[in-house]
Amino acid sequence: MKTYNNRAWFLILPVLLTVAFSAILPLMTIVNYSVQDILGPTQKVFVGTEWFKDVMRDPELHEALLRQLLFSLSVLAIQIPLGILIALAMPASGWKASLSLVLIALPLLIPWNVVGTIWQIFGRGDIGLLGYAINRAGIDYNYTGDSLDAWTTVLAMDVWHWTPLVVLLCYAGLRAIPDAYYQAAKIDGASRWAVFRFIQLPKLRNVLMIAVLLRFMDSFMIYTEPFVLTGGGPGNATTFLSQYLTQKAVGQFDLGPAAAFSLIYFFIILLFCFILYNWMQRLGTGDKS
Amino acid sequence: MMSKRLSTPILLLYLLASLLPIYWMLNMSLKTNEEIVGVMSMWPQTLTLDNFKTIFTDPSWYSGYINSMIYVAINTVLSVGVALPAAYAFSRYSFLGDKHLFFWLLTNRMTPPAVFLLPFFQLYSTVGLMDTHLAVALAHMVFNVPLAVWILEGFMSGVPKEIDETAYIDGYSFPKFFIRIFLPLIKSGVGVTAFFCFMFSWVELLLARTLTSVDAKPIAAVMTRTVSAAGMDWGVLAAAGILTIVPGALVIWFVRHYIAKGFAMGRV
Repeated sequence: MKTYNNRAWFLILPVLLTVAFSAILPLMTIVNYSVQDILGPTQKVFVGTEWFKDVMRDPELHEALLRQLLFSLSVLAIQIPLGILIALAMPASGWKASLSLVLIALPLLIPWNVVGTIWQIFGRGDIGLLGYAINRAGIDYNYTGDSLDAWTTVLAMDVWHWTPLVVLLCYAGLRAIPDAYYQAAKIDGASRWAVFRFIQLPKLRNVLMIAVLLRFMDSFMIYTEPFVLTGGGPGNATTFLSQYLTQKAVGQFDLGPAAAFSLIYFFIILLFCFILYNWMQRLGTGDKS
Repeated sequence: MMSKRLSTPILLLYLLASLLPIYWMLNMSLKTNEEIVGVMSMWPQTLTLDNFKTIFTDPSWYSGYINSMIYVAINTVLSVGVALPAAYAFSRYSFLGDKHLFFWLLTNRMTPPAVFLLPFFQLYSTVGLMDTHLAVALAHMVFNVPLAVWILEGFMSGVPKEIDETAYIDGYSFPKFFIRIFLPLIKSGVGVTAFFCFMFSWVELLLARTLTSVDAKPIAAVMTRTVSAAGMDWGVLAAAGILTIVPGALVIWFVRHYIAKGFAMGRV
């Protein structure tokens, strides 16, 4: 189909140059740090894989990683079904569709630390609607003191913040299904569930794949929102990977270990995305409708 | 589709839950500080616009908005600019390593910004870009360029190849063809891409804060600092938060018709 032409590389050159400047150079700096012990601006000692071994054995890192995985999986488990449901509930066209589209997308456009700030106030028992309402309902709720409350508040915040992205993606996917499919289903007398299971869901595969990947990547890298909301506490209850990393890199000036940590972190995300990508692609080959 | 009886309540319930936190912020921004901390009220008892006045009159506040807008604009223009030819190459030609390159672009979006903080800081100090709008714009390209290439590639693949060939036969040179004929055809795609670049650059804080100190300080960073210096000025904080939502809300209103279409056509 496509013409084979290696001169196409020239068209990609601008992207390569900018990404090289903003991604490859920093990445190489990190690789460089990760194998050295930096004692001062001029004093460096090559230590090989020492830092990697250190980081891999760090029990605090294991905890943070476990917390992170649990968080990202909960995010996927809640946001993907909820996003599909809301997309299905949205009107297909007209001013109602436009209005709900704009209103739904609103949380996406709020700067991430403002998101944290909103929820910081919103969740407070004395001056915040959410905290006040929950306390009034007779449930003892305090996100700054109780680790479970803090954890659920961060999760609720992320659901509020990012479900709109899944909704937008699914809504677009649904609009792309030709009417002929629905008419055929009607003639066959298919139930509503059958229409969803055998027409809508398979057609949503592509947008769902990108939704799952984006949500996984971004929730795995979450930093600003929990940092503002809980500061990682109480204790370490909401200290996720990137916050733990930043504490190490900026707080303790441990360049070597922090760099090794960064690389491991990057590879974990890459690995999971690769697995998810391949799994979801295989998932679709069964039913080619 | 779902039945109306079921879908309308679900949608309304979701919208309510989604808008409540934002309403609460708006509510606070119109209250006095004593009222915010003192009593729990569903709407302002004593309506005041002082919090907004503070922001519009104090240069340290409103310059933050201007700085954010400048680097977001630079980033959007640059990202779309470099992504256009690349997306064209991916959609029209096959060449050595094209599939690997496409996946590699994707991996750049998987790098946690926290990983890049220190190297960015050092790199930009070395080349003398620290505390400039350009530095933030360049740093944000790491996650915006891959996204821009993805979305644009999808739009371009939707344009029949015969159009290119006819144009070449008619004697158009590549740049002339690209600007005069091809770009107008994918106008909505460019709009959607610009929207996403705007959005991701506008909401990012970590890199923007690290790479700036005074001259290019983004509003999001101004918020954190001013609050800690003045004790907790909740009212002004809420007002600033509300004002950060406004540009995004405006942009989304203008591109609302294309967003859904953009996703459906794009590679995403």
